[in-house]
Amino acid sequence: MTISLHVNGILKTVDVPDENTPLLWVVRDLLELKGTKFGCGKAACGACTLHVDGEAVRSCSYPVKFARDKQITTIEGLGSPENPHPVQQAWIEEVVPQCGYCQPGFMMATAALLKKIPRPTDTDIDNNIVNVCRCATYYRMRKAIHRAAEIQQESTEKPIT
Amino acid sequence: MATEKKKVSRRKFLVRGGLGTLGVLAVGTYLFRSPIRRKIAGLVNTADTPYMGNTKTPIIWFEITKNNTIVLHSPKVEMGQGTFTGLAQMVAEELEVAMERIQVVHAQSASGNMDGFATGGSTSISALWVPLRELAATMRKMLENEAIKKMDAGDVQPVVSNGSITIGERSMTYAEIAEGVQEWDVPDTPPLKTGKTFRYIGKPIPRVDLKDKVFGAPLFGMDAVLPDMLFGSVVRASTIGATFSGADTSKAEQMPGVVKIVTEPDFVGVVATSQQEAENAKNAITVNWKVDTTVQTADIEAMIAVGKGTPFVIQKEGAVEDLISDAETTIVSEYKSPIGAHAQLEPNGALAHVKADKATIIMSTQVVKITRDEIAERLDLDAENVNIVPTFLGGGFGRRLHTPNGIQAAVLSKAVGKPVKCFFSRKEEFQNDTFRPPTHHVLKAKLNSNGSIEAFEHNVSSGDVAFGSPMVPGIAEPILGADLGAWRGGMIQYGNIPNHQAISWRVKLPFATSWWRSLGLLANTFAIESFMDELSVKANKDPVQFRLDHIQTDERGERLKKVITAAAEKAQWTNETQNGRAMGFAASTDANTPCAQVVEVSIVDGEIKVHKVTCAMDPGLVVNPDQVRAQCEGAIIMGMSASLFERMYVEDGELQPTIYGPYQMALMKHAPKEIDIILLEGADTPGAVGEPPLGPIGAAIANAVYRLTGKRLQEMPLQLG
Repeated sequence: MTISLHVNGILKTVDVPDENTPLLWVVRDLLELKGTKFGCGKAACGACTLHVDGEAVRSCSYPVKFARDKQITTIEGLGSPENPHPVQQAWIEEVVPQCGYCQPGFMMATAALLKKIPRPTDTDIDNNIVNVCRCATYYRMRKAIHRAAEIQQESTEKPIT
Repeated sequence: MATEKKKVSRRKFLVRGGLGTLGVLAVGTYLFRSPIRRKIAGLVNTADTPYMGNTKTPIIWFEITKNNTIVLHSPKVEMGQGTFTGLAQMVAEELEVAMERIQVVHAQSASGNMDGFATGGSTSISALWVPLRELAATMRKMLENEAIKKMDAGDVQPVVSNGSITIGERSMTYAEIAEGVQEWDVPDTPPLKTGKTFRYIGKPIPRVDLKDKVFGAPLFGMDAVLPDMLFGSVVRASTIGATFSGADTSKAEQMPGVVKIVTEPDFVGVVATSQQEAENAKNAITVNWKVDTTVQTADIEAMIAVGKGTPFVIQKEGAVEDLISDAETTIVSEYKSPIGAHAQLEPNGALAHVKADKATIIMSTQVVKITRDEIAERLDLDAENVNIVPTFLGGGFGRRLHTPNGIQAAVLSKAVGKPVKCFFSRKEEFQNDTFRPPTHHVLKAKLNSNGSIEAFEHNVSSGDVAFGSPMVPGIAEPILGADLGAWRGGMIQYGNIPNHQAISWRVKLPFATSWWRSLGLLANTFAIESFMDELSVKANKDPVQFRLDHIQTDERGERLKKVITAAAEKAQWTNETQNGRAMGFAASTDANTPCAQVVEVSIVDGEIKVHKVTCAMDPGLVVNPDQVRAQCEGAIIMGMSASLFERMYVEDGELQPTIYGPYQMALMKHAPKEIDIILLEGADTPGAVGEPPLGPIGAAIANAVYRLTGKRLQEMPLQLG
């Protein structure tokens, strides 16, 4: 069956054999966007986190049928080297990634957090950023999340030119 | 163990033109295989395991592209440890090019640039420290010589700067110099740069893979794609000791999207047109598993006990037995650690494309050569016709030091004649891991009248780590006696104790145990350093000073003393509890890298909370201080995770749990808010970095908890109970 959805701002129509196919596999295998990762398949690790209508969603456990006509944002759509999202800019400044596999999921979760709580406290971060990183880059991630909040604030305070 | 000096100048260089569409110059060399004994012992015992290259085939190291980028083909894989960045800095230094001009890629096995050993043991930078810089320096000299010829320079000396060579008024890039050259003269290796003249080595240069990882580039084995790719899935046993004895596939054969069901003597798998369909069909297969005995946790615990299994004395100084035979004066304590899972985020997987006479396998692996040879054997192909294309690893931690899953992908691909990608489910990862073995430790000591240790004994009972691994041939077992992975960190580092010994008890477990980042170091240090803390209390001495008093005055001892002193001073060490927080101290020496840690701990809502970790480490020369710090930070939190939370158990023959969450790990909320790293450079060559900082953390936390509560926690995961 065919399902239409907006991915990183572009309308896509995909032909899926099974409407219960997780959104993760549609994004990775049909749309060839490999930045969203498979980690556990049970929404337990967060490596597959992307945005559906601005909300952080663990796409390994999100049937594609629920994504119909919705706005999907993946790490590839969050920002680019030329125009990085504040979270990506902060991740670069703090040199966060080690193996890097879980990092898109963390960055997507952080971007969603900063929309809701622009200046999160350490407790906000502890309560909301609950993905798993086996390289245990949490120490730098926390610094990067605070830094991303700063960058976001600086960019919104800039006068429109 | 002495470092075996290798001189590139004595070896034959090879120059090949036109590698693909990019290359205009590639430089390679032959390196010699080292004796197997050195390979095995070097893996664990020292930090200077040599690069173990191939003897027969040309090896490609560098390409210069037309736009003057230097491509380094790395025989070591990048799994997060930052090796690619360190290697690029070493190349930049000797080739005189800016970091931006260097690109690092994984060497494919077909290039011949394979490390016969592995990527592991915290040896990647140290092993390539001399040979890679010599290669780069030699290549620079080759380019200089060619530039002199091309620019007809006479006596004018060439000046090398950022990938270009200037002679008098003229200047050419490396790419322009290399263009069209058919034969190169190979000069003697010029002298290498030293500390004072380093421009790139020793600098906190950002990771070379940083932007790719931040913007979601498809770097990993799981991300690989080939045209007409199909999806495979293999049924794996969930019960310990289960062997495959056929399967009912009739239902699966009828399922949508199924291309083929492949039944082999040792497994059954399915190939389908999508990932979901492959999984659906796999779940419809009923496998007949043959299981002899059903194992329980109690069975494992009964096996792992000092006194059972085969003992082997791994360290002996003085007459320990005589001194610790008296029950009244001997202090005895026991410690335990559980089964640990790797739990790396990227599952094991492979994308294989097998044709009649050759095969390509794209995958995350730490053992390129072993994997190639295993697949070649299974497919009955010459090893040279199997090309392993290593990718970035979504975590290694030792899990990918055996990757026979590449065989399964290859077999499925061969059966359908198309590329097939096949990977583990998370449950399969947890149940088919090569676990960190559980351990049991018995420690005995005797203090003399002035509170010094007169005799000290460490017994460790452990499942296998090195033994049984394809990296360590069976022939090594009788030569080595004790499992060198299990006793990593198990020897006593306090040389001033006049009588000390360590004994390793080997236990063969019914499930796979193997390399887990730092091997036995975490558990052995937990036991020894907790016991040292106990002894310092009994002797009524400050635990930091107590350790310093027992360290010998040789070079190794002095380096250990320095990290202990540095950590204690920086953390403002105190034995007193302040504002509900207590400090804990521990130190270890792993692969010649001493590391000391001070933790600040409190009890919050009945749980152990680690607020701050101060870590002093001396890995020798530091190639990239930022990445060495990153390794310390990660190792500390990973070690915390293993010490406070992680534990696999066995229930009705199955290893449990099988998912993150129930397999509890440290998350953001558990990570210390403060980590203070002090790097000392007590040697002029680089040593081990990735594993040593995992050593002290478990004991340091337990020692802090003792100061807070008066309770000595003797079993990991540490729980207040």
